[in-house]
Amino acid sequence: MAEGVWVIAEERDGEFRKITYEVVSEGRRLADALGQSVTAVVLGNGMKDKAADLAQYGADKVLVADDARLSPYTTDAYVAVISQLVKNGDPAVLLIGGSVQGKDLAARLSANLGVGMAQDCTGFAAEDGNLVIIRPIYAGKAYAKVTFENSWPQMATSRPNVLSINEPDASRSAEVVDAEFSLDDAALKTKVVDVAKDESGKIDLTEADKIVSGGRGMKGPENYEILEKLADLIGGTVGASRSAVDAGWRPHSDQVGQTGKVVSPNLYIACGISGAIQHLAGMSTSKVIVAINKDPDAPIFQKADYGVVADLFDVVPALTEEIKKYL
Amino acid sequence: MNIIVLLKQVPDTETQIKIAPDGKSIVTDDIKWIMNPYDEFGVEEALRIKEKFGGEVTVVGLGPKRVTESIRTALAMGADKGILITDDALEGSDSLAVAKAITAAVKDLDYDLIFTGQRGIDDDMGVVGASVAELLGIPNISLGIKVEISEDQKTVTVNRPVEGQTLVIESSLPALITAQKGLNEPRYASLPGIMKAKRKPLEEKSLADLGLDASEFGTEARKVKILELTPPPERAAGKIIEGETPQEKAAELARLLHEEAKVL
Repeated sequence: MAEGVWVIAEERDGEFRKITYEVVSEGRRLADALGQSVTAVVLGNGMKDKAADLAQYGADKVLVADDARLSPYTTDAYVAVISQLVKNGDPAVLLIGGSVQGKDLAARLSANLGVGMAQDCTGFAAEDGNLVIIRPIYAGKAYAKVTFENSWPQMATSRPNVLSINEPDASRSAEVVDAEFSLDDAALKTKVVDVAKDESGKIDLTEADKIVSGGRGMKGPENYEILEKLADLIGGTVGASRSAVDAGWRPHSDQVGQTGKVVSPNLYIACGISGAIQHLAGMSTSKVIVAINKDPDAPIFQKADYGVVADLFDVVPALTEEIKKYL
Repeated sequence: MNIIVLLKQVPDTETQIKIAPDGKSIVTDDIKWIMNPYDEFGVEEALRIKEKFGGEVTVVGLGPKRVTESIRTALAMGADKGILITDDALEGSDSLAVAKAITAAVKDLDYDLIFTGQRGIDDDMGVVGASVAELLGIPNISLGIKVEISEDQKTVTVNRPVEGQTLVIESSLPALITAQKGLNEPRYASLPGIMKAKRKPLEEKSLADLGLDASEFGTEARKVKILELTPPPERAAGKIIEGETPQEKAAELARLLHEEAKVL
C-alpha cells in the first residue's frame, strides 16, 4: 500500500530555491490531512549539509541523492534516479514544484512511472485518502477540479508563488538518509554545456512578488524606463503584453498571458494594457491588481482591485515618487 | 534529416471558454479551432532544418477529423506528409493515453528529430511531448528557443530558458524538442503551398490500425479524473481611484497599496 507524501526539492548553485519551501510546506499540510509523513527528496551535488533545514518547514525525513551528475539538473539523470527511489519507497503522493525544471521533470517522470499527473496546480486538498486538485486550464479561463484513479503515486506540480510557506520551526528535526540508486552514464544522453546567467539579475516573472507590466499604451520600447524605475523601487520585475512583445519592444521572456507566462505575484500593476482576454488569463491569479489606463472602458478595469483612469506617463512617475514615502 | 512534428488543435486564443451542462467539459459549438501556436514553432523549425540538411517532415496529429485542417496547414507551410490518429474511443483521453497512441504511430517511422509545442494552450499540461520521448526511449529537451544541429548530424544543441538563466543543452540524436515562443517566426502558407498540400499524402489511423486496445483510451480510462470544471473565481469589483489630477490619484493609489492592500 502506497504511503507517505514525497516532495522533490529544487536546488540551484547549491541553494534550495523558494519553490522547495512551497512544496515542503504544502506537503506538510497534505500529510497532516492524510495522517502520513513527509519525505523531502534532494538531488544534487554536496547538498547533504543543507538537507536537514527542510525539517523546519515540515519534512520528517530527507532522502539525499548525492552525485556530481545530478547538478546541474538534466531531465534524464533526474528521471532515472527519482524513478528508482519512488519504486523502492512507494509513496502515495509525489509533489513537485512547478518551476521550469519541475514541470519538465514531472512530464517525463509521470510517463516513466506510468501514472497520471496534474501540472501547474493552484489548490490541493485530501479527501478520503485521495488528492483533490484545482488547476487552471485555458490559461485560467476555466478551472478544473481533478483527482486520480488507480494511479500511485498521485502526482502533481504546483504553480510557483501560490502555495504559502510555513513559518520555519527550528525545534523540528528530520532524519537525513542517503538514497540508494544507480546511474548509468550510458543512459545519460543530454548534458548542460553552458549556463548563460541573465546579468540583469531580475527575478523571473513566474516567481516575482511584484510585477509592473506595460502594453501598447507604452508607445515604444524607450518608454519602459519609467516602469523599470518603479519596478526597481518596489523590488519588482517588468512584464509586457503580447502586443508589446510582438512589436519588438520587449523580449519574449517578458510576455504575460496565454501564449506567454502565467504569473501570480502579490502585486500586478498593468500600465497601458487594455486587458485582452489572453492577457487577463495570464495574470488573474495575482493577489492585488492595479490598472492604469486612459480609457475608462478598458476591460482591464473589470479585473483590477484599483483602477486609475489617467495617462500612465503622468501617473507612473508620480506613483514612483509617492511610493518612496512608504518605503 | 527526417523530422516528425506532433501537433494538436486548440481553441483560438480569443475564445471565451464556456462550461458544458455536464460540468466536466467545455461548449465547443462556436469555437474556432487553430493549430496550437507552440506547435507552429515546431513546424517552422522542422522546415528550416529540412531546408538546410534535406530529408522529410512528417506531421502527426491526434483528434477528431477537424484536426485534418491543421495538418493541411502544416503541409501547406511545406511539410511532406501527414498522419491523423483519429478514433472515437480517443475522446477524453488523458496526456499519458495520448502519448501512447502517438508513440504507436511514430515508433516505426524513420526519424532523427521530433518537434512539438512546449504545451497545448488548452489543457496547459506540457506533458505529451516528454511522455512520447520517454515511451520511445529518446532524450527530450523542453522549451527550445534556439536549435542547432551539428555538421555531422549526430547531435543537437538547444538553448532553453529557465528562471533567470538560459541553459545550453547538448543531446544525442534522435531527440524530441519542445518549442517555445522565440524559437522562430512561423511562415505563412503560400497559395501554391496550399494547392500542393491538397495532393500531399495524409493517412488516417485508428487505434486498431495502431494495434492498440480501445479500452485503454478515452474518458473512462483516465488516470487523472475530471470532477468538475468551473469558471475562474470572480474578483470583487475594484475601486476607481478618485482625484483631480494624476498626481492626486497617484498619491491616493500609493496610500491604498500601503495601508489597505498592504503590498508596499
